[in-house]
Amino acid sequence: MLRFILRRLLQVIPVFLGTTLLVYYMVFALPGDPIAALFGDRQPPQAVIDTLRSQYHLDEPFWVQYGLFLKNLFTFNLGNDFTGQPIAASLARVFPVTAMLAIEALAIQAIFGVAFGVFAGLRRGGWFDSTVLVASLVVIAVPTFVLGFVFQLVFGVQLGWAKPTVGATANWGTLLLPAVVLGLVSFAYVLRLTRASVSENMNADYVRTATAKGLSRPRVVMGHILRNSLIPVVTYLGANLGALMGGAIVTEGIFNVPGVGNKLYQAVLRSEGPTIVSIVSVLVLVFVVANLLVDLLYAWLDPRIRYDQ
Amino acid sequence: MTSLDIHIDEADSTGIKPLLEIRDLAITFKTGGGDVQAVRNAHLTIMPGETVAIVGESGSGKSTTALAAIGLLPNNGRVSGGQILLNGEDIAVASERRMIELRGNSIGMVPQDPMSNLNPVWKIGQQVRETLKANGRPSGPDDVAKVLSQAGLPDAHRRAKQYPHEFSGGMRQRALISIGLSCQPRLLIADEPTSALDVTVQRQILDHLETMTKDLGTSVLLITHDLGLAAERADKVVVMYQGRVVESGPSLELLRNPQHPYTRRLVESAPSLASRRIQAAKEQGIETSDLLAPAAEPVAADHILKIQDLRKVYKLRQGMGKSSDFAAVDGVSFDVMRGTTTAIVGESGSGKSTVAKMVLQLEKPTDGKILFDGVDTSLLKARELFKFRRRVQPIFQDPYGSLDPMYNIFRTIEEPLRVHKIGDAASREKKVRELLDQVALPQSTMQRYPNELSGGQRQRIAIARALALDPEVIICDEAVSALDVLVQAQVLNLLAELQANLGLTYLFITHDLAVVRQIADHVCVMEKGKLVETGSTDSVFESPQQDYTKALLNAIPGAKLMLPPEVA
Amino acid sequence: MTSNNSHFVAPVDETPLLATDAVKTDHAPLSLWSDAWRKLRRRPLFIISALLILALVVVALFPGLFSSVPPNDACELGNSEGGPTAGHPFGFTFQGCDIYSRVIHGTQASLSVGILSVLCVLIIGVTFGAVAGYYGGWVDSVLARLGDIFFALPLVLGALVITQLPFFRENKSVWTVVFVISLLAWPQMARITRGAVIEVRNADFVTAAQALGVSKFRALLRHVLPNALAPIIVLATLELGVFIVAEATLSFLGIGLPQSIMSWGNDIAGAQASIRTHPQIMLYPAAALSITVLSFIMLGDAVRDALDPKSRQR
Repeated sequence: MLRFILRRLLQVIPVFLGTTLLVYYMVFALPGDPIAALFGDRQPPQAVIDTLRSQYHLDEPFWVQYGLFLKNLFTFNLGNDFTGQPIAASLARVFPVTAMLAIEALAIQAIFGVAFGVFAGLRRGGWFDSTVLVASLVVIAVPTFVLGFVFQLVFGVQLGWAKPTVGATANWGTLLLPAVVLGLVSFAYVLRLTRASVSENMNADYVRTATAKGLSRPRVVMGHILRNSLIPVVTYLGANLGALMGGAIVTEGIFNVPGVGNKLYQAVLRSEGPTIVSIVSVLVLVFVVANLLVDLLYAWLDPRIRYDQ
Repeated sequence: MTSLDIHIDEADSTGIKPLLEIRDLAITFKTGGGDVQAVRNAHLTIMPGETVAIVGESGSGKSTTALAAIGLLPNNGRVSGGQILLNGEDIAVASERRMIELRGNSIGMVPQDPMSNLNPVWKIGQQVRETLKANGRPSGPDDVAKVLSQAGLPDAHRRAKQYPHEFSGGMRQRALISIGLSCQPRLLIADEPTSALDVTVQRQILDHLETMTKDLGTSVLLITHDLGLAAERADKVVVMYQGRVVESGPSLELLRNPQHPYTRRLVESAPSLASRRIQAAKEQGIETSDLLAPAAEPVAADHILKIQDLRKVYKLRQGMGKSSDFAAVDGVSFDVMRGTTTAIVGESGSGKSTVAKMVLQLEKPTDGKILFDGVDTSLLKARELFKFRRRVQPIFQDPYGSLDPMYNIFRTIEEPLRVHKIGDAASREKKVRELLDQVALPQSTMQRYPNELSGGQRQRIAIARALALDPEVIICDEAVSALDVLVQAQVLNLLAELQANLGLTYLFITHDLAVVRQIADHVCVMEKGKLVETGSTDSVFESPQQDYTKALLNAIPGAKLMLPPEVA
Repeated sequence: MTSNNSHFVAPVDETPLLATDAVKTDHAPLSLWSDAWRKLRRRPLFIISALLILALVVVALFPGLFSSVPPNDACELGNSEGGPTAGHPFGFTFQGCDIYSRVIHGTQASLSVGILSVLCVLIIGVTFGAVAGYYGGWVDSVLARLGDIFFALPLVLGALVITQLPFFRENKSVWTVVFVISLLAWPQMARITRGAVIEVRNADFVTAAQALGVSKFRALLRHVLPNALAPIIVLATLELGVFIVAEATLSFLGIGLPQSIMSWGNDIAGAQASIRTHPQIMLYPAAALSITVLSFIMLGDAVRDALDPKSRQR
């Protein structure tokens, strides 16, 4: 197991370097005046241009620039946004909110998705299965931002069950509605994947053998069908974290959640290139680390993985 | 015919009651195309301590019958008639709750495929422990280890902490046997318990199973496709065909005096019993074409293939950038005479298939030479290699894998002609028709797709494709191993006929010594990459020199049984 | 003789002996594709989705057939947020434009982005995936790492960065959106292709083809790829829906299609201002978008079931 962790850690490094290099290169090192490009049509004051030039070491060779960018990234020296606030400080403020939102959304997907999927898969073709299957198709088809507005309008404004906008009062309760919106699409995918996986594993030879051993039905389901069925679901949840981040931008924008996504959304609306690159780099790091954790969970669930290769 | 169609209801004269009695059993499956009756009027009786074998080909209903006896029919199947009496209790109508009580404690099961029947995510010990626990038996680490070691697993305490993928196939099967017998059931259902294993391992495991069940006084219902194995291991044999019991009786009696035409056919073609070479076709061939050199006649030694000191080394990655060498084939030399059949025999991992791949020029030897018709094949240039391919053709083992499912039969057989730009469209079609005739398939098969054909038919298509280029040598890599006994005999006969008519040379790769005896002139026995023994088939079978060859020969199921008079 | 040891023989006339291994000739020959097609034709899911998609394609190609009102010219602020009137069944947007007309004319952008992106992803992903899976070795390693790098860049995040480039800011069009989506989404297609190719490449029929003299590359084209196609097709149909959502999301965020191109994403974004007072302004483009995505997802589902090898007879 230790060797597996070590190997995975080693694999993470080139991925992270490559991704940040890609992001950095695209914004700061392409031909043309990068500083002017960052501001688009607006004409920045000369002082800002000078600050940015030194901040991004644009007079140095590219590799030095990139190295310094990485160093800044790891020391959380992310520079200032256009209002003069240090990006790192404001990220530190908003990050916990997004973490709460993501965890809540992830929990909704995982718990309800797996539970519904198992019930549907065990009774494939039954009324519950059919209902849930059709419902999941509809949920998948409605994009997150549409769902966000609909839920905001119906549950927030018309029914008044939750606050339509979160604002400064972000806590588990107020974040529930945006978390449901954020988690719903993946909930449907998790459900369908679990269902398929369960109904396939039900016919596995080892499940029949487990029954032949004299185990009761609940034991067979819990011990043999469920755990084996979770393996592909966990993989999916890991790969899906990226979509969760993308969804967070939209959801936080709609519900005015003071989180990383919202920060990014505001930066996009105001076309603040440096802020965008900094935040995206941090998110890529989070994504890569989260995927590493998922891989470890995967290896714990499926012992074969630890020894492969 | 002395047909004693007595349904045995009453206890026999000694007053012992049967343990399991299946009466007029019918099993129906619901499918997309309506209900299908998989088993009809099946009946059998097992006395306490007795071993009864059900023999049949795939689809005969033998496994379905056995699964019904432990209440594990697939969801779309149900018992639609008759009774399954366990100690007088009809378990065909028992509640699921009662079945859970019976399974493990009263009825144990050893399944067929050791690779897929252990849950890959749980440790072996855990899988034994839950069996003991579910049946209310002590389940401490020592109890688990005891159960495992009784099944012949050494070092059981340590082994219990390992996962299935760390076990070899034979060890997994031992673990499964230990699970099946852990609660000392009165009846053990063993569904092809060793068909996925090498013969020598198969023998050890069956021996062990026999000892264990004798000690426990457990009755065994053995399901097998191998008549020889059934006769050797069981007191009584039940033959099933097309979902019905066609014949049943004491093993030896049934073997020596088969009554039903199907049983007779089985006995005649069972390779382990009729051990002589397929002579008929061969002789017929000699009559029709005198030009063919008979196998045994040492004319000017015309060696079409000479294998010299062949070696193949693979690098095994061990992670962290390290690797070690593994010699899959290690210093193998032998010659193949034109117009004869040479068999390479060995168990899995012996390197026999690697030799075949190298002869086919699909893998490059690490060392050594392959001379084809006097030419060193390693020196062939691309264009010469292309010509070489016309002269040497393969037939592979898996009849489900060797034909492209996207190609219809015509395209499949025509492909080699097209690739080698032989003839025009019309002449190619004519050739395909001829080839189908040669392998005794109707010409209408041309328009069909592989998934519509049975395993044996696919294998005949593969033969037709191999023959399309009029090759001189055909390499058969386990070409009949996946087939039912009767179909296997049919394909072997076809191969022998084709050899006689076309003067083909066969290099026959197989793990099945019984098949070797039927078809080969010369045998090379391989073990762990090395050639251990080589010689004419008769000499190797009659006086094997090496221990390994002897072990292999001994392990053929039914080898020691008396043969039916007309073949012995 | 005790009954227990009796030798039973079934009457032969009740258990007739059939010819060993006879060819069944009682049904028409069935290729993999025609079999899948036959299964598809019977699925209501497929029929509904196929009809919907057909209708969408017609609307996208000939919007003029369905709406006589030019979508942009007729915007009058006087009609702002107005309800349905004769000739304007869905009412008006905040800008006073005819909603029905905009929904009809927005179809083209969504569908073309979806279809073009899927085509690009297929070309890049299948090529890279097939080469990596088939040839293995260092090509595979390099491509795997490259795929990992793009994989670590979630679609929306990556798009945010790319669209900050001056070129993309100045030249927003269907093609830039297609480029962004394809660039970020090809690794998944490459992975699926690679896996499918690896599964097929060691099949005996591929080895047999090479032993017949078929070159390695031709074997890839003629035998390996056709047999690896099923998961690729399934993913492609599903991705059509996903990419249409992606376009709408990017347009909604203001980094997708320019305002000058009519698209559902832009209209949904534009309707935000009126969501509390006139939710129907958002409802119509949102419904159009959802129905489109739903039909592609249903199609993908039906195709997957039809191509599932487990459901095939052997």
